Amino acid sequence: MNISRPRPKLDAENRAFWTGGSEGKLNIMRCGDCGQYTHPPKLLCRHCQSENVAPQAVAGTGVIDTYTINYQAWMPGLEVPFVIARVKLDGVPGVYLTSNIVGCPVDEVEFDDRVRVTFEEQDGIWYPLFRKAG
Amino acid sequence: MAIKEAYITGIGQSEVGIRLTRAPLLLTVDAIKEALEESGLKLEQIDGVATYPGKMPGYLGFSPISADELIEALNIKSKWHLGGSEMPAQLSAIASAAIAVKAGLARHVICFRTVYEAAAMARPEEYPPLNRKFVEGPSQWLAPFLAISAANWTAQYAMRHMKRYGMTREQLAQVALNAHRNAVINPRARAIVKEPLTLEKYMSARMITSPFCLYDCDRFTDCSTVVIVSAGDALDEVKCKPIRIAAVSGSVNRYSWDQVEWPASYETGEDLWTRTDYKPKDLDTAQLYDGFSFLPITWIEGLGIAKRGEGHLFIEGGTRIARDGVLPMNTHGGQLGAGRLHGFGFAHEAVTQLRGKGGERQIPGSPKLAVATSGGGPMAAALLLARD
Ligand SMILES: [Zn+2]
Repeated sequence: MNISRPRPKLDAENRAFWTGGSEGKLNIMRCGDCGQYTHPPKLLCRHCQSENVAPQAVAGTGVIDTYTINYQAWMPGLEVPFVIARVKLDGVPGVYLTSNIVGCPVDEVEFDDRVRVTFEEQDGIWYPLFRKAG
Repeated sequence: MAIKEAYITGIGQSEVGIRLTRAPLLLTVDAIKEALEESGLKLEQIDGVATYPGKMPGYLGFSPISADELIEALNIKSKWHLGGSEMPAQLSAIASAAIAVKAGLARHVICFRTVYEAAAMARPEEYPPLNRKFVEGPSQWLAPFLAISAANWTAQYAMRHMKRYGMTREQLAQVALNAHRNAVINPRARAIVKEPLTLEKYMSARMITSPFCLYDCDRFTDCSTVVIVSAGDALDEVKCKPIRIAAVSGSVNRYSWDQVEWPASYETGEDLWTRTDYKPKDLDTAQLYDGFSFLPITWIEGLGIAKRGEGHLFIEGGTRIARDGVLPMNTHGGQLGAGRLHGFGFAHEAVTQLRGKGGERQIPGSPKLAVATSGGGPMAAALLLARD
């Protein structure tokens, strides 16, 4: 997938998520008061409304909760097929990430596969993608 | 004081086509004229306008006409109007109009949904495509991973249903097969579907995003659909058989498509029955949003027509949802067969069937109760419609 990916616009809420890969970190917003996670990141905790929130590097591993194999070239130059998956992150209850499963043929992806984050950088955005682990 | 009821009176629809050249404002007026004609109302009697999602200047094909613009163009003396996307799915515009007439804020409200996506794609100089330097808001969590279409997002719920509950592509296909069977006898669907669909053709079709093939996804269509909502104490001004809006529901738990456990069709479906004495078994027909084939299955489960995880068994073989089945579904062809009218087509068809005006596709018996739904991702809305 050597295509230029749609770029998020960086702001105070999302910067740590989209740039954490530069340090190899998958950052998810965590509350300093109740300890729970908020994703997508916000300026306050969605569980207790505390403003004492900060990005926390999480394990970066998880399992495939569900997925789809995309065959449609939605934009020019998009190489298909590829896998879009919803990853359930280890140690981050209630948070899913939509991402791509890379590094294996699309028909080798299954529900509950264990995956690990890998970052793809494009112009300062570090896209967290996932590879099958082990 | 007796509680006022809200009714759907006139309904109307413009030409339905692909790459129409007639301007979207004029398509809207065509649909309004038909609705006025049917109801016997005159434009001077209209005092409210509601639309979803309001004009989208950056994405005109998706929604080219605003409520404000229509009020101006038709010289409507409006006492209440609304147009916006921040409501739980398309049919919430009609639900909101029902609330307005019940509250006495208006007597006759034009509700419309005009779509011009096929024409816009064909005329990019007039209707520039969505050109974003950045993705912002909820789509920034999806589009960067090339999950660009709602097809990708919805497909993942469908895949999970296959894994958890054993749904097969043959079962899923019944939504599209039923849609095509009904569309081929719907005069308004001539430009969308020309021949019936076979299971063989479905199974060999090009895949879009698994488990969805080409026939599981609706296609861009140009059309305007109108529903007039009237106050119960204004029915003496109306000549058509009024259809009562017996209950409405709509929900958004969170807007993030990929963070919700279940599509909003479940909660919205359950809520609908808490606001009425009717029960799911009382339904004579179901007009269920099918922008993607899997969504009606979530509605069948959410509305309690089948148990959670058994919606695909309900539609298996297609006999229960056929026109002569126990619960005729999407009798006009739905969006898969009759075009992406974007939610309003289901209300239009529910009223058509309840009035016995379905022509060749009219369901047997004397249907008295219908449900019309829209949405099914993180947002959903439902209308329960009754002929008294
Ligand atoms: Zn907290």
